[in-house]
This record gives sequence, structure tokens and C-alpha cells, in this order.
Amino acid sequence: MTAPLARIDHLRITATGEDGCEIVIVPDATLSVAPGEVLALIGESGSGKTTIALSLLGYARPGCQIAGGTIEVAGQRLDTASAEELRSIRGRTVAYVAQSAAAAFNPSLTIMAQVIEPALIHGTLDRAAAETKAKDLFRRLALPDPEGVGDRYPHQVSGGQLQRLMAAMALITDPKLVIFDEPTTALDVTTQIEVLKAFKDAVRDLGTTAVYVTHDLSVVAQIADRIAVLKGGEVQELGTTEQILFAPTHDYSRALVAAAAPRTPAVAPAVEEKPLLDLWGVVAGYGGTNHDGSPRVKILDGIDVSIRRGQVLGVIGESGCGKSTLARVVAGLHAPTAGRILLDGTPLPPVVRRRSRDELRRVQMVFQSADTALNPAVSVGAAIARPLAFYHGMDRASARAEVARLLDLVRLPAALADRLPGELSGGQKQRVNLARALAARPDLLLCDEVTSALDPVVAEAVLDLLIELRRELGLAYMFITHDLEIVRAISDDVLVLYAGRVAERVTRDGLRHGAHHPYTRLLTASVPELRPGWLEETPARDAAAAGGARMRDMGCSFLPRCPKAVDACAAEMPPMLIEDDRRIFCHRSVDTLAGR
Amino acid sequence: MSRLAISGRIGLALVVLWVIVALAGPALAPHGVGEVVDLDVFSGVSRAFPLGTDYLGRDMLSRVLYGARYTVFIAFVATAIAVVTGVLLGLAAAAGGWVDMLLSRLFDIVIAIPSLMFALVVIAATGASIPVLIGTLAVIYTPGAFRTARSLAMGVMALDFVSAARARGEGLPYIVVREVLPNVTGPLAADFGLRFVFVVLLLSGLSFLGLGVQPPEADLGALVRENIAGLGFGAPAVLFPAVAIASLTIGMNLLIDSLPGRRRR
Ligand SMILES: Nc1ncnc2c1ncn2[C@@H]1O[C@H](COP(=O)(O)OP(=O)(O)OP(=O)(O)O)[C@@H](O)[C@H]1O
Ligand code: SF4
Ligand SMILES: [Mg+2]
Repeated sequence: MTAPLARIDHLRITATGEDGCEIVIVPDATLSVAPGEVLALIGESGSGKTTIALSLLGYARPGCQIAGGTIEVAGQRLDTASAEELRSIRGRTVAYVAQSAAAAFNPSLTIMAQVIEPALIHGTLDRAAAETKAKDLFRRLALPDPEGVGDRYPHQVSGGQLQRLMAAMALITDPKLVIFDEPTTALDVTTQIEVLKAFKDAVRDLGTTAVYVTHDLSVVAQIADRIAVLKGGEVQELGTTEQILFAPTHDYSRALVAAAAPRTPAVAPAVEEKPLLDLWGVVAGYGGTNHDGSPRVKILDGIDVSIRRGQVLGVIGESGCGKSTLARVVAGLHAPTAGRILLDGTPLPPVVRRRSRDELRRVQMVFQSADTALNPAVSVGAAIARPLAFYHGMDRASARAEVARLLDLVRLPAALADRLPGELSGGQKQRVNLARALAARPDLLLCDEVTSALDPVVAEAVLDLLIELRRELGLAYMFITHDLEIVRAISDDVLVLYAGRVAERVTRDGLRHGAHHPYTRLLTASVPELRPGWLEETPARDAAAAGGARMRDMGCSFLPRCPKAVDACAAEMPPMLIEDDRRIFCHRSVDTLAGR
Repeated sequence: MSRLAISGRIGLALVVLWVIVALAGPALAPHGVGEVVDLDVFSGVSRAFPLGTDYLGRDMLSRVLYGARYTVFIAFVATAIAVVTGVLLGLAAAAGGWVDMLLSRLFDIVIAIPSLMFALVVIAATGASIPVLIGTLAVIYTPGAFRTARSLAMGVMALDFVSAARARGEGLPYIVVREVLPNVTGPLAADFGLRFVFVVLLLSGLSFLGLGVQPPEADLGALVRENIAGLGFGAPAVLFPAVAIASLTIGMNLLIDSLPGRRRR
């Protein structure tokens, strides 16, 4: 066996608790990574996978320290390295791709400036060469508009695009070892395939060695050569991917493999017939408007949506297709340029400013990233109390009791009210987020990827909570996600968006069989399966390679990726095909789409 | 409050020392500010005159103790005016729209004028007095404070919790005061310290050129100028005011460098 590129030997990491005593986070971990190998660290939240991965950067989170053992990367000892040495290693020898790209980018600098920064800091490339290289990486990572995306600012690209840009930032210095910390957790499935493929190619072409931290076994199956199963900061089992997936010996590995199986959908309560929210022909975009009043960059085009009281509508589509924009339009944060929004049959003004307090109260939004959705300077209690005072005019004393009740509703202890958001875990933050939205006593909750940044065990719990709340409070949700499994678990109806237009609307049960829009098919085929080699075999692989989706002015936007396209698709807007449980926008007949 | 690093403590000690001197200087001074107490001029360090005497034979220690209050007071008031104005306007501009356009262009113009030249022209035209000095310094340093506050606030404005507040229907004043301000106070405090240092240096420079505080009063910069003839004799009279300026500015820099986390997380 060749000498390992990175080695962790009897690593021990401890933290100092609030009462001053020592907490052991990683008791004793030993592992090694061979050159050109991809090692996956897998385990649930709190299993220490990120902590161990970060130690390969010579980094321990604030309050933690590396208490023993040796860490060696490319012949350099990291545990004994000085701050100066570590600075020259980080970003150069070892690069890091974080879980939340949104938090890693500075919102006020252009993307290009930030992507090439590591190369400039370490002096590996001059500015011009770095920019060329960055554009090449953008292309490899299948980003739309690789030439121009660098001139944008982080808030102008979608969450999924930002994650790939961050990978470009890490790869720009050709590091020896790249640490990927849940890099695809927040991505939609079709993008995930592209990114996984890009990572695989990068690893092969550049000879990069990688440590891949994730909780998703099916992702690991595609990318890793070896898997280390972690629990409580210890390596439970270390073996080749095949061995762990098909012949796990350790009990805990067996449990993990079992948990990766699909979950059964919840039984839906009865839904009232009365429509709650209606969107008619909504058009929205960015960059100002043209003379005819249409947006310069059109993101949503002619969206019709209707949600009945107590109904859960799942909105699914790939990164950048306009899901968040849709939620922002409904919330009044982004004015549509055409179309109407009706709440209970009465028109809703397009922007927040002109909506009445009661209209505002009835539609509440829960934001995509729990990290930035809470003000770090405001305590949990105060954050939840604000809507109580704002919408219901509650005084301090009654608000306090209500806050406790709301915290209980989202299954959090009342004592949490005095904490700041920085002192909460990801799952707790998302619950507080939810409690703040519930405080308004809304009729409709807009949930934008509320579980996608959470690890599966926590996401599962939040999802269960949402299902329960719906039953208890009769809430309607617009549930935005890129995860087909989650849509299947929670929604009554599914709206499939593609490049800003509706591709299909289908009931949850209808999703499993019958005719579908070719994009819906691609989506279903993109959900990773728990076996190596799936990435190479899935029919979604080639279609996905067509690159980012773009809205076409004429005809069907899905045309470049569609295996069933006919001549009419390029010239005319697809008509609506009506079946009893679905509406499909496509030029082909229901029979053709059903494969009959 | 979390514990400061050692350099931060040195900085804090120096700043506190100068604040005490500014407040209580005259009470501590062994001699009057204009009193000629030595027959010799530019005499060296001695027990009677710990910092030597100046070009007229006045006690340097007393001169510095009196002079520091001008420097600290003028610089503090000018910085406070500049930062308060800059931050208020910067926060207003962060909301965007035409207010932002107008203010940004306006301050671009002010920034384009070389600051020393601006000060020289204003003071030459109106005569050097303390209000004029304060006003001039405040005008020079407002645009910088404005830009810092604006860009910090813009960064926070782009975050989801501000969107959440907007979606709730909160007005702009609430958003700026309750959501944005608490998240920028740390960096703004550091900015205040830094700007104070700039103001001290520019004020000392102006006084050194004879355009600052006028005789018989003297701030630290003017003390250097008065005694510049002593440079040839190696007189402490020219050294100590310069050391005083340096210790004040370095102390402030050390302190702000080690301010605890920019944001509470
Ligand atoms: N402020 C903006 N200015 C210009 N373009 C923007 C702006 N905000 C978003 N966009 C673009 O609009 C498109 C849709 O963005 P949106 O956030 O709605 O996507 P999404 O479907 O929610 O994606 P994800 O699943 O990645 O969150 C993207 O191509 C994005 O780059
Ligand atoms: S309209 Fe044409 S291109 Fe679009 S999905 Fe249908 S067959 Fe494919
Ligand atoms: Mg989104």
C-alpha cells in the first residue's frame, strides 16, 4: 500500500463545558486517506464527523481543543503546526467546502473576487490566470453562464449555484486534499448528480484526494472509495464502500443502512374545498422591467397555483427554477410584474407595504436557511414575542406565556427563550423559526426548504412536527423543497416547476404511476439509490449533463434535455393535458408520456 | 465582558490614562500653564521638571497635562459628530433608493477633496478657532463613517432575518434600529476608535502647521511646533508631546484591535 496522504492517529478532541469541566467530543479516532482516494465520513448529527474533518485543517472549533494524537497531511504535522504554518496550509494544501455556502460568502463582494481570493492569497496564480481557471471550474461544475456568473453578487444566484461556486473556490488552488462537508445536502437531486459527477471528474483529473462528510448513504455510495462510519466521535467501522453497504458488520452501520430506506407517507387529514390562495398568471423577475412591463430577467412565467384550506402543496424543481421567488412573491417581498394573487377570493396587494396587517398575518414565511433567518442579536423569546405584539397587540406578560406555549408547540423547552440564536443547534433554530411564524396564527405557511440544511435525523423530526402541526392547527402549507422523498411524505399535491413555468401538477399518489412530464420522470430517476455504480447507470445522468435550465421565450424550456421532444416543442408553448389527478404541460400525448 | 488580550489591556490602560489626563490634567499639573519657572530653556529631565522645560523655560509636564485636554476633547467631539452623522445617514442609505443615490454621490464629492487642503482653506478663510477646527474635522471624516456604516448595514440588510421582518410588515425605522443596528455596533465601535486616531493625527498636524489651537493655548501638536527649535539640543520638550500623541493613538489602536468578537454569536 502506498503511503497515506493524510493520517489521523489516536486523535482526541475535547471541549470545555459551561461549568468548566472537560467534555470529550472525539475520544480516540484513527484513520488515513491514500492519495487519490475519496474517504467518506458518515454518521448522524453530533457524531463528530465535521469535527474530525476540520482537524485535517488543523482547526478546532472555538472552545474545543486538539488534546492528543497526531494529524498529518502531505507530510506536514498539523497538530503541532504554528498559526503561521497553518495559514499557509489552509486553502492551499487542504481546502474546505462548507455545508452552508450562504454563510461563507460575503454578500457585498462579487463572486469572482471571492472565488479567486485563495489563489491570490497563496500567490499560486495571478489575477488573470485565476479568473480563467475560475471560469473553467464554473464550467466543470455545470454552472449556467460560466463567463458571467462571476460578476454577480452572492444574493443574485440561487442557493444551489452558490454551493457549487464554493467548490470552485476550494479547487482554485489545486489543493492536495479537499474536505467536502455535506456539500450536496442543500442541493436538488438533478444538480446533485451533476455536482457529484463534477467532483468525481475533478478527483480523477487533478489527482485530488478528498474527505467527504455526509449523512446521506446513497450519495456516499456514488462517490466514496472507502467509508468510515462514525458514532460518538469514534470510528465504528471502516471499510470499502461495497462492504459497508452490503455487508456491514457493526450494529450501528447496519442501523444506518436500514434508516436510508424510504419513509411511508403520512395520512392526510380532510382538506376543505374552499380555495385559500390562488395565483393567476403570475410573472416575476429581476433586473427592472422592459417597456412593456415584463421583467428584464424573467424568473417566473404564467404561474397558476391554488391551495385549498388545510392543504399541503409541495413545490419541487431544481435549483434556480424560481421556487424561492414564488414564495417571496406570495409573501409580498417581491412584486410580480403581472398576474393576480387572491387570498380567500379577495385580491392581495402585490407588495408588503400595501397589505393590511391582517393579510400579512395570514401568510407567514419560514426561510430556507435557519442560520440567517434569526437575528443573532435578539433572544429567542423576543424574536417569537415580536409577531405577538405586532399582530395581536399582546403586552409583555401575556406574550411571555404565549411564547412558552409556542415553544412547547414546536417541542422546545421554555427555558430556551432566553438564549441567543447562536447558542442553538440547527434543528432548534429551525423550530424557533417555525414558532415565530406560528406566533402570527397564520392560515398559510410558506416553507422554503425548511429541512434541507438539517441532517436526516433532525430533518425527520422537523418534518414530523410539521405534519403534526398541520393536523392540530389545520394549516395550509406551500412546501418548497428539492427532495422528492420529502414531497412524498408531506404533500397532498405536487407542483413541479421547471425554469419558471409549471411542468406538471399531480396528486401525491399520482406521482408513483402513470403519465408524467419528462422532467418529472428525470426528477424521479435522479433520486440516488443505495448502491455504487448507480451514478453511472441512471438514465438521469446524461439528461442532467445538458447543463442549467434556462427559460425559453418560445416553446418548451425543457426541450434541450427532453428525450421525447418533437418539432412543435421548439415553436409553441406546450398545451395542458388534463387527466383526473394531474395536469401536464407537454406537446406529447398522455399515452406517449405514460410509455404505453 | 470577555477578557481582553494583553495588547488590548495595554491599549485600554493607555486610553484610560489619557482620558484621566484630559479630565483632570490642570488639577494634576504642578505649575500653571503659562508660568515661566526655569531660568534656563530646553533644560533636560530633572527632579523638579520631570519632562524638562520648554523654549521659554515653562514646565513641560504642566504644558502636556494642559495640552492633552485640547487634543482629546477636540478629537473626541469631532469624531463623535462625524460618526453619529455618518452612521445615521449610512443606515438611511442602506435602505436603498434615491436617498442612497443622493447621499453616496454627495459624499463621493466630499471625499474627492484632499482633506488637508480642505482644512487649510477653511481655516485660512475663517481663522482658527476651536469650533471651526471641530467642524472642519467632522466634515472631513463624515464620509468615511458613512461608507463604513452603509456597507455594514447593507450586508446585514441582505440577510434573511431582515426579509422576515419585512415580510411581517415592519416599517423601515424598526428594521434599521432593531434588526440592523445591533448587528453592526461592534464594527462601528472599532470604526469610531480608528477614526478618532485619524482625527488626532490630523489635528496634531494642523497644530504643527500653526493652524490648529492658537497660542497661548497649545495642544499636543502645537507643543511639538513651539519647541521644534529644541530638536538641535536634543531637548525632551520636543520629544514628550510627540510621545504623548503616539501613545494616545497606539493605545486606541491596540484597544480596538482586540475588541471582543465583532458580533455576538
Ligand atoms: N436579486 C436577484 N437578482 C437577479 N437574479 C436573481 C436574484 N435573486 C435570484 N435571482 C435568480 O433567479 C433565479 C431563481 O432564483 P430562486 O432563488 O427563486 O431559485 P430556487 O428555485 O429557490 O433555487 P434553490 O433551490 O437553489 O434555492 C436564479 O437563477 C437566480 O440566480
Ligand atoms: S413539450 Fe416537448 S420538449 Fe417539452 S417536455 Fe413535452 S415533449 Fe419534451
Ligand atoms: Mg430557494
